[in-house]
Amino acid sequence: MNYPKFSSNEGVIEKAKAALGDALIEAVEKVGEIQLHVRREATVDALRALRDTPGLEYQQLMEIAGVDYPDRGEERFEAVYCLLSLTRNHRLHVHVRTDAVKAIPSATVLWPVAGWLEREVYDLFGVLFDGNPDLRRILTDYGFRGHPLRKDFPMTGYVELRYSEEAKRVVYEPVQLAQDFRSFDFLSPWEGAAYQLPGDEKAPQAPGAPTPAKADEVKR
Amino acid sequence: MADLHEIQDAKIAADMLYESDDKPTVGDVEIKNYTINFGPQHPAAHGVLRLVMELDGEIVERVDPHVGLLHRGTEKLMEARTYLQNVPYLDRLDYCSPLNMEHSYVLAVEKLLGIEVPLRAQYLRVLFAELSRISNHMMNLGSHIMDVGAMTPNLWLFEIREDTYGFFERASGARMHMAYFRPGGVHQDVPLKLLSDIGDWVDGRLDELFTDTMSLIADNRIFKQRNVDIGTVSREDAIAWGFSGPMLRAAGVPWDIRKSQPYEVYDRMDFDIPVGTRGDCYDRFMVRVQEVRQSARIIKQCLAQMPDGPIASTDRKVAPPLRGEMKRSMEALIHHFKLYTEGFHVPAGEVYVATESPKGEFGVYLVSDGTNKPYRVKLRPTAFSHLQAMDFMMKGHMLADTTAILSAIDVVFGECDR
Repeated sequence: MNYPKFSSNEGVIEKAKAALGDALIEAVEKVGEIQLHVRREATVDALRALRDTPGLEYQQLMEIAGVDYPDRGEERFEAVYCLLSLTRNHRLHVHVRTDAVKAIPSATVLWPVAGWLEREVYDLFGVLFDGNPDLRRILTDYGFRGHPLRKDFPMTGYVELRYSEEAKRVVYEPVQLAQDFRSFDFLSPWEGAAYQLPGDEKAPQAPGAPTPAKADEVKR
Repeated sequence: MADLHEIQDAKIAADMLYESDDKPTVGDVEIKNYTINFGPQHPAAHGVLRLVMELDGEIVERVDPHVGLLHRGTEKLMEARTYLQNVPYLDRLDYCSPLNMEHSYVLAVEKLLGIEVPLRAQYLRVLFAELSRISNHMMNLGSHIMDVGAMTPNLWLFEIREDTYGFFERASGARMHMAYFRPGGVHQDVPLKLLSDIGDWVDGRLDELFTDTMSLIADNRIFKQRNVDIGTVSREDAIAWGFSGPMLRAAGVPWDIRKSQPYEVYDRMDFDIPVGTRGDCYDRFMVRVQEVRQSARIIKQCLAQMPDGPIASTDRKVAPPLRGEMKRSMEALIHHFKLYTEGFHVPAGEVYVATESPKGEFGVYLVSDGTNKPYRVKLRPTAFSHLQAMDFMMKGHMLADTTAILSAIDVVFGECDR
């Protein structure tokens, strides 16, 4: 295998279970990476335990990735903390679920780098962090409205800006598309697509010859 | 209304108090902190960085970097495109080292797919990743030198950079945005002449030009005055602020993902990790200088060891067939058509794959839901954590040191803002 190889995952889940206690909801190992799902209120305690417990020692917080799963219902957002241990040469990620109202305790008390990482998740997803001293937007425009990486935010956005020769300044206007936004969906109708193609008279029929195992059925 | 009057009265009283107490006597000069804007259009800002700086005279008290002026929504765009269509977006992140950006992404996709990459492709990837590391460092070292006041070395180093672009063009057809690394391997095999030319260039022109340039700079008194003990960061701070790459190594932490978490064929390579001792701008500069030498070593080893063989996976569900094959085989034609319309499906799962880009750890957190498009791609920019530390690195320094510290971070906004 050619991807980056860090030290073995063996025993890490047991150690994490012992260190995190009831803060841990579940721990899974998938695709060679360990995911720890942690209760939101206990985020900081769990991260501190992961950083300070001998034998875990995840000294560096490399990334906080926000993910939006609208299908999950109430708690649709997930913040994924990617941790790195320099001494043990190991990586894992910590998953915390939340919604647009309930704030996640800020990790800035543990790592100063969390400041901007949390600002980014707030900016792009609207996830709040309790205790972050400077929770401003970071990537989007000054005065931007909405949270663009949510799945229900349109790709083209809501406003566009241009330089107006009359006003001698940049003006913001509602987006006007010269043609409709086209999303090319090439999922083949006999393999992956859940929808029915318009005018597809063969759709309700029983499937023909069995197709070989599809990639999306293989769980890794 | 009563409240307002009270506030006003209090203000007047405070003003009177202030005037009576702190009134400067004759000959005193009253100095107040003032705020200036650095950028967003500034030649030393390395792109579009806006720094709101609070100064006390010429001493920097506080820095508030405003990033995001080059935000193009890459992550959002990538969710609407197939895995293969996404490769060129990676080039446009860190446009000084496009191949290293692609590297993390293709490795993440391959990790989810669980496919083997042929050995020759792995060697080619390492070879071109290191060439692009040299190209990136030429850009950074050159502009660093220019930002602290020397003009000539930058022009010499750009000669080297231009040579590497020549090699990239001969391998992929594009000078800057190569899209050369593809999931499963690389796009095209390289001719033997290109490999021998790279070998000659490493021993000849690169060595000669680079040694000459560094002989002007490394021991230069002015250069040292501008860099030594500027922006010092301790080991503990570097770790807590999430530093990576040369920034972390300059602070004295011997951490290089190529060595500690080897990917591709880096475990077969013999190279050293340069480490700084003081963690200042000069150390960062010298770490990069040594990295260029180590990259040259890796390139020579790649050239010596590279085997013959296929340059992409033979799994036709992932890598396209050869053009010649397509003309004769129906199966190959179907595979080609399916790959360039529907693309390939990636098994559901999530991975965080990070590689050592010239600027530090460039990571890709990839969530797949089993379809032909990624559900979520989170790109971990190296510059984010480094720029965030600007505030404490700048504190107490002179305004003119801003450019030295900023250059030593090695920041590119395509990658920072995504």
